[in-house]
Amino acid sequence: MTIISATGLVKRYGEVAAVDGVSFEVAPGESFGLLGPNGAGKSTTMRMIGAVSTRTSGELRVLGLDPDQHGPEIRSRLGVVPQQDNLDTELRVRENLITYGRYFGLPRRLVASRADELLEFAQLADRASAKVDELSGGMKRRLTIARALINDPRMLLLDEPTTGLDPQARHILWDRLFRLKEQGTTLLLTTHYMDEAEQLCDRLVVVDHGRIMAEGTPASLIREYSTREVLEVRFGSEHNAVAAGRLAGIGDRLEVLPDRVLVYASDGEAALVEVTARGLQPLTSLVRRSSLEDVFLRLTGRSLIE
Amino acid sequence: MSSVTDEAMRAGQAPRRFGALYVAEHHVRIWRSYLGVNVVSAIGTPLLYLLAFGIGLGVLVGAGTGPGGVDGVDYFVFVAPALIATAAVTIASDEFTYPVMMGFKWNPIYLGMHAAPISPRQVAGGIVLFVSLRAFATCLVYFLVVAAFGAIPLATGVLTVPIATLTALAFGAPLLAYSAAQREDKGQFAVVQRVLVLPLTLFSGTLFPLEQLPVVLQPLGWLSPLWHGSELGRVVAYGADRPAWLVLVHLLTLVVFALVGWLIAVRIVTRRLES
Repeated sequence: MTIISATGLVKRYGEVAAVDGVSFEVAPGESFGLLGPNGAGKSTTMRMIGAVSTRTSGELRVLGLDPDQHGPEIRSRLGVVPQQDNLDTELRVRENLITYGRYFGLPRRLVASRADELLEFAQLADRASAKVDELSGGMKRRLTIARALINDPRMLLLDEPTTGLDPQARHILWDRLFRLKEQGTTLLLTTHYMDEAEQLCDRLVVVDHGRIMAEGTPASLIREYSTREVLEVRFGSEHNAVAAGRLAGIGDRLEVLPDRVLVYASDGEAALVEVTARGLQPLTSLVRRSSLEDVFLRLTGRSLIE
Repeated sequence: MSSVTDEAMRAGQAPRRFGALYVAEHHVRIWRSYLGVNVVSAIGTPLLYLLAFGIGLGVLVGAGTGPGGVDGVDYFVFVAPALIATAAVTIASDEFTYPVMMGFKWNPIYLGMHAAPISPRQVAGGIVLFVSLRAFATCLVYFLVVAAFGAIPLATGVLTVPIATLTALAFGAPLLAYSAAQREDKGQFAVVQRVLVLPLTLFSGTLFPLEQLPVVLQPLGWLSPLWHGSELGRVVAYGADRPAWLVLVHLLTLVVFALVGWLIAVRIVTRRLES
């Protein structure tokens, strides 16, 4: 049983293939992520799954239905949090929820009671009659999520849910999303934040140039494409490349970035000892665990946020 | 799988059927949040026009035309149906320009509707439905105010209200198509208001018969939904003497404008939302 099944999904805009043959499946209750840089085709994929954009070719089933034929039926059971909030700034906070609930054909009374519950959930109960423009960015985002839940959806689509928010607002939002996950709501999210993917996703695909580069759980991807630890050493931007030449053989692999050299090794401290034993004196050094950022770097040769 | 699918099939039934109504309901809520302004302008505007045309201009025109008036009636009676139709066209020109741009771009509520189960056709339909309601209600108020001053008979004159609403759509549906195709505001809506709407309201045989215009300009009036709507209104309001074929032409022109505009608007809204 799958909530989404995509096979060879393609979306072309003229000559350009924004999504270029993507295949994956999502099970009910799963929290699935599309991780990739801007322009990788994540949002376009989301729009096709959300049944608001038609595919150029490939197979797609959402809730067992073909979006080309059953767009309204699919959208009836989805909650959508778009990249750009599209709350109605001409209506007040609670009115936004009620108006939106009516789009699903839900009775006014049911929508009103759900609106009150969701305002609680989004920690916006005291803002019910505020104007949308009076809310902070984080509050608007939470209101958008509350709005997406008004139809008690089977699956929530979140496109870059925390982009542009300050760290505190992000943590509040993650907490709310985590609760939904615990309640068994299927989450599909796109992000270019590693920490977000690691926090929220049971499973994810790494996407670049409209294609899937790798698929797995955050832990399995790190295991497969990176080492347990990473040693980051800086020799000053002039000297990084030269120093890297003398680091060959330490750890499993080296990655030379403009501002630092990454040494992939199962034991970062031991690698550092070896670096200094070769007579190299890094300006700074840091041993950390591998993250999805490293997986992405390995797969694409680029970092996620450029 | 089937339970999830069945659930979706059931949930989609109401939106598939009533989606346009929900869109109209949303617009009514927005309208209601500006209730005071809307009501004052709906009642105040006809009063101002009556004062200006009925009493001010009417006296002058009356002095010029003599006891026969214009088109065989008092000037006041002559302009009343046109004023009602003009009110409807003004509402259409307000609602089908900036708010459409807003809905796609500045306050993109149409995108939100479409992410919910509403189809592009229903988005367009809901907008048209709301504007029709608003035009109808405003014209009804207009009509009652004008009737209270004795410028239009109650029984037959009330038909000017649906005629004015149809006129609003004949003018408005093509305008909706145009506005939905605009991706940026480069001042084109201000141009529409000044170069299209304003001359249209003045020179469509509204304040004076079209025949008063130089012959070369008269065909422009024939293209104006407002001329057709005003003339049709005069026929029903005070039984203006027009040949039957012309009455039919008026009605058909309005219907064709509205229908063709609607079909194009749906295409454009669909393309824009589903891109």
